[in-house]
Amino acid sequence: MSDPYAVVARPVRLDYTYTAGTASSRFLRAIMQRRLLGSRCPSCAKVYVPLRTSCPTCGVEMGEDVAVSDRGIVTTFCIVNIPFPGMAVKPPFAAASVLLDGADIPIFHLIQEIPAEEVRMGLRVEAVWRPDDEMEPSMESIRHFRPTGEPDAPFERYKDHL
Amino acid sequence: MADALTAPHILEYPYTRSVGPVLGAFFGALKERRILGVRTADGRVLVPPQEYDPETGAALDELVEVADAGVVTTWAWVAEPRPKHPLQEPFAFALVRLDGADTALLHAVAAPAMDAMATGMRVRARWRDERSGDITDIVCFEPAP
Amino acid sequence: MREVAIVAFAQTPYVRSEQERTETEMLAPVIREAVGRSGIDAKAIGFTVSGSSDYLAGQPFAFVQALDAVGAWPPIRESHVEMDGAWALYEAWLRLQCGDVDSALVYAFGKSSLGDIRDVLTLQLDPYCVAPLWPDSVSVAALQARALLDSGRYSERDFAAVAARSRRDARANPAAQLAGDADADALFAEPYVVAPLRKHACPPISDGAAAVVLAAGELARRVCERPAWVRGIDHRIEPHQLGMRDLTRSPSTRLAAERAGAFDASPDIAELHAPFAHQELILRDELALPAGTAVNPSGGALAANAVMVAGLARIGEAAQRVMAGEARRALAHATSGPCLQQNLVCVLEA
Repeated sequence: MSDPYAVVARPVRLDYTYTAGTASSRFLRAIMQRRLLGSRCPSCAKVYVPLRTSCPTCGVEMGEDVAVSDRGIVTTFCIVNIPFPGMAVKPPFAAASVLLDGADIPIFHLIQEIPAEEVRMGLRVEAVWRPDDEMEPSMESIRHFRPTGEPDAPFERYKDHL
Repeated sequence: MADALTAPHILEYPYTRSVGPVLGAFFGALKERRILGVRTADGRVLVPPQEYDPETGAALDELVEVADAGVVTTWAWVAEPRPKHPLQEPFAFALVRLDGADTALLHAVAAPAMDAMATGMRVRARWRDERSGDITDIVCFEPAP
Repeated sequence: MREVAIVAFAQTPYVRSEQERTETEMLAPVIREAVGRSGIDAKAIGFTVSGSSDYLAGQPFAFVQALDAVGAWPPIRESHVEMDGAWALYEAWLRLQCGDVDSALVYAFGKSSLGDIRDVLTLQLDPYCVAPLWPDSVSVAALQARALLDSGRYSERDFAAVAARSRRDARANPAAQLAGDADADALFAEPYVVAPLRKHACPPISDGAAAVVLAAGELARRVCERPAWVRGIDHRIEPHQLGMRDLTRSPSTRLAAERAGAFDASPDIAELHAPFAHQELILRDELALPAGTAVNPSGGALAANAVMVAGLARIGEAAQRVMAGEARRALAHATSGPCLQQNLVCVLEA
């Protein structure tokens, strides 16, 4: 007699090679030198971080690389309360969109060195880089962002980047 | 820098799938070393069983036992098995129409060499000693005189 | 039915492994080339639809990144099928029948080199009774090849002849991956990959991208000197259980061809999406192509087989020849699923 609630295990494993491509590779190599690069669109003039070869708005080929600051503004954020496997940081922690000075779209990263409940929109933050021997072609080369101590950016400054 | 960066990427998921009454009966029977098919309105026996008639869409539930031996209707010789293959010595994938069934089941056939395979040959299931109620309860088929 | 035509086609050169560029980076120049050739402004395109499979890269929603190549602002009408781009083209054709938009961009892309494509394709099989045995795509195709040999209609040498002809014809195709002075006897001496399929009877593993622009009625006439009109298009699917099908036939191809009007007149050329050599033979039998029809002048899928792209590329190659005045009537075919399970037929005319 069969069990109507029976299940069969169907594990799947596939091995792939991830290729970063030309733009991401250049971006990740620049990170090794603690440089953050964005692409400027020759049509709309917006700067996208990380680098990419096409403008997502215009569909045209991106222009030259633009260096952006490793300081910026928290535009929006969330507080993560649930731990998940592999996370080095213990909850509660703030994960934020950070609009780097010079960029027109934010990147995502962790905010540390401030209680999670004090993280706020407009908070000025700066990257905390790993030491030389821990640098790798990855966003993990930035350990997290921390407050700079500067006055908060006014809403006007980032309201179009939400 | 000339070369783009690459990295290994492993996609792995521990899926489980519910079987429902028809496949549940099929898998349950495999555990007992029995093979079931399902009978359609026009009398054909489908193995593996289907929940719905592919031609009419009617729900099917009349389970019928078929033999664990039958005929190879086509085959392909794998001289160099791949890691995920069911056998790791050279073998054949084959469609096997079991006695009593009107459709063929895909499985592996353990044969000593490619020239031991032939369309129309008879094969019999080799059952796994420890069975769990799954298609792999049949280790493979082997030539049956 | 509203008159719809292909007015532009572009594709990447197909390669075994694109190490430098991402899918999006490969795709962007192809889209720009196709849209540029169409004479239609990129922002005026009424509908955009793509065909690809995230399983090739192993990344869920990978296809969304490709929109960077399109420029999705102001918001666009966009769709996607996890299928060969030929089915994206079908959706675009269907969308244009609604009458409110006059043009469509169809694109397809895929890097088969990123994973083990033979195992990736195994995941399209029945997860309960078949996939756990991991029959790879070549083994599955070999089951069909053996059945065809058993039928007595063709021999393994016929497979080699198809492969040799494909590679020779591919010399005239700058996008082809496998092109050369191939000799059927030399190919026949190759060892089996999975018997009865030798390497030449199997498709190459290819990375690539392609794009097609469709335009309706007056717009097509205005922007293109010789549009390739879609006179008929249809697709049909058979049961997924291999043990239920006659693998030596392709009734879904025949039915799709009938419904597309393929039998109304003889095509000058036929681009058939046959990744395996024996499949071309099965398709030719179903389509009853006359002796004068040139089959796969592009070299077909045996010369380049970017999974998810090759079917769209057959339609594009056929359309290109119609637009160039080299063919007056063309048949294009695309396939999906194991052993020609699902088939699309498109009839193009000048």
